[in-house]
Amino acid sequence: MPLNRITWRDRLRRDRSLLLMTLPAVGLLVVFAYVPMLGNVIAWQDYSPYVGITNSPFVGWDNFVRVFNNPQFLHAVGNTLLITGFQLVFFFPIPIVLALLLNSVVTPTIRTTIQSIIYLPHFFSWVLVVTIFQQIFGGAGLVNRLLAQGGFSGFDLMTNPDTFLLLITSQAVWKDAGWGIIIFLAALATVDPAHYEASAMDGAGRWRRMWHITLPAIRPVIILLLILRLGDALTVGFEQLILQRGAVGAGVAEVIDTYVYYQGVVNGDWAFAAAAGLVKGLVSLALVLGANKLAHVFGEDGVYRKS
Amino acid sequence: MSIQTDVGQGPLSRPDAVPVPAPERAARRDPAPRRRRVSRHRNAWEGRPSPLGQGVKALVLTIVVLIVLVPLYTVVLTSFSTTADVNRSGGMVLIPGDLTIAAYAQILSGGIVTRAAGVSVVVTTVGTILSTVVSVLAAYGLSRPGSLLHRPILFVFLITMFFGAGMIPTYLLVSNLGLIDNLWALILPGAVSAFNVLILRSFFMGIDPAITEAARIDGAGDWRILGRIMMPMSTAVTAVVALFYGVGYFNAFFNAMLYINDNTLWPLQLVLRSYVLQGVTLPGSGTGQVDVATGAVTGLPVKMAIMVLALIPILLVYPFVQRHFTKGVIFGAVKG
Repeated sequence: MPLNRITWRDRLRRDRSLLLMTLPAVGLLVVFAYVPMLGNVIAWQDYSPYVGITNSPFVGWDNFVRVFNNPQFLHAVGNTLLITGFQLVFFFPIPIVLALLLNSVVTPTIRTTIQSIIYLPHFFSWVLVVTIFQQIFGGAGLVNRLLAQGGFSGFDLMTNPDTFLLLITSQAVWKDAGWGIIIFLAALATVDPAHYEASAMDGAGRWRRMWHITLPAIRPVIILLLILRLGDALTVGFEQLILQRGAVGAGVAEVIDTYVYYQGVVNGDWAFAAAAGLVKGLVSLALVLGANKLAHVFGEDGVYRKS
Repeated sequence: MSIQTDVGQGPLSRPDAVPVPAPERAARRDPAPRRRRVSRHRNAWEGRPSPLGQGVKALVLTIVVLIVLVPLYTVVLTSFSTTADVNRSGGMVLIPGDLTIAAYAQILSGGIVTRAAGVSVVVTTVGTILSTVVSVLAAYGLSRPGSLLHRPILFVFLITMFFGAGMIPTYLLVSNLGLIDNLWALILPGAVSAFNVLILRSFFMGIDPAITEAARIDGAGDWRILGRIMMPMSTAVTAVVALFYGVGYFNAFFNAMLYINDNTLWPLQLVLRSYVLQGVTLPGSGTGQVDVATGAVTGLPVKMAIMVLALIPILLVYPFVQRHFTKGVIFGAVKG
């Protein structure tokens, strides 16, 4: 490759249209992603919006000390982890089971029809999903009316803190379980039928074939998604939760993101909220990188690898 | 750095559900074998499933489909129902009675819902076009191996995937730029998604270099190669990326909640949240309260009509892009 022998100037002339093409996107990222990253300096300031970042005095680590001594913040962290953990156990397996089920449907027409239907809710906004749930399960909703007609006493699932975890998980399942199967179905499609044939010859039944061939085949994908989910552990359905925080109260619906929003934008404690948000961002980053490291340890490709 | 497992190869290198030609079909010389593809050939070793197993499977899948469809059905039906029918059923309508479009006439007769629908359409259209164009350009710009600075620039994109700046500094920036109560605040902050750029980039990189080389020898520059060769070959992926952007713009409510205070500039999702979910009565809204004299539909049908309004664009685009999902999504999500 003569690449190395071309001078920098020649490469610039050759690639100038490529550089020009990336310019708009890079510009947008610099302004709306990198400048705010620098804006995080207010976490070390006694920030006042009236004097701005340039004139606000620096106060060292005070804001971070306040964040870590704040029981509400710690409560929000606890809630965040609880919700993620709960969804990991009760949401995560559902797409896998659905994909296995759908994969065993032999008629292509039926299979693709069902697929198109269960992908659909993924594209609805959280406002829409929460509203639909309210119309079905709310105090004046469909289920309650039907129960009342049958002579049963009603309940209001939407405002009950005790069942909130269940509620948001079922909303997540309704919205995204169908979408989650795409990747598993793709993995299943790559399994070589010869494996099945060979094992069938050796006398393996339907379930043994699933256990020893199908599941190992999708294992890398399962691990990959599990890791991605772990890396994302501190970001649980922000829009979903902020929509319903009012109805069930902050006790169960406050997560780190909603806490940052209320402290910063609503209460105007900008520096404190920025510090809390920064802590979350850094911990999330560490989780992603750590989870990926873990994947490498287990011999999987993980989210990325150097290429 | 690329998201990579070997599963991504499958659906692309091999078309979905390759039918194994049944021998008897070949013997009969079936005139339209492609259209007659009713059932996948079942291998002998698979055996016939038990009727019980089949029944359970069918039942479970039917229930899954109904769980998705019934809520949508009752929302749509209620939006077309009269107040009388709504009262008779005591809420959401499950059995159709008299159908009417009064609720739609009411919300679309001007007022806040009409304006919100307009705002949503404008933001979604402008945003999707801007994001898609910018992303396609960037993806191609980064996809040529050995080009100047492509690694550091790629790094600039990748960092944004792993570390977000945070809500507070972003809010302060948007506010300092004077974008509060400006619709650009709904578009610009999220206009470029590194993830989508990587989807497109990996697709461009997967196109046989012989094709682009031939074009280059014929004198085509990068702009022409992108426009005449890459774009036509990647419509499926581009459509999926555009859909992701479009759905993002159309569904976003939190940005609007943060940046838009003036309710005449509210997008549909914010109206949906305030009027339908929280039950706030909007001023001067054409979502008017009970009007017995004119027999206008009130309450629930109007709320459901607003919901349907928020559903329609997705239902309209969905059938066209839907068939590209598996291809586009798998390619991006897995190979990134």
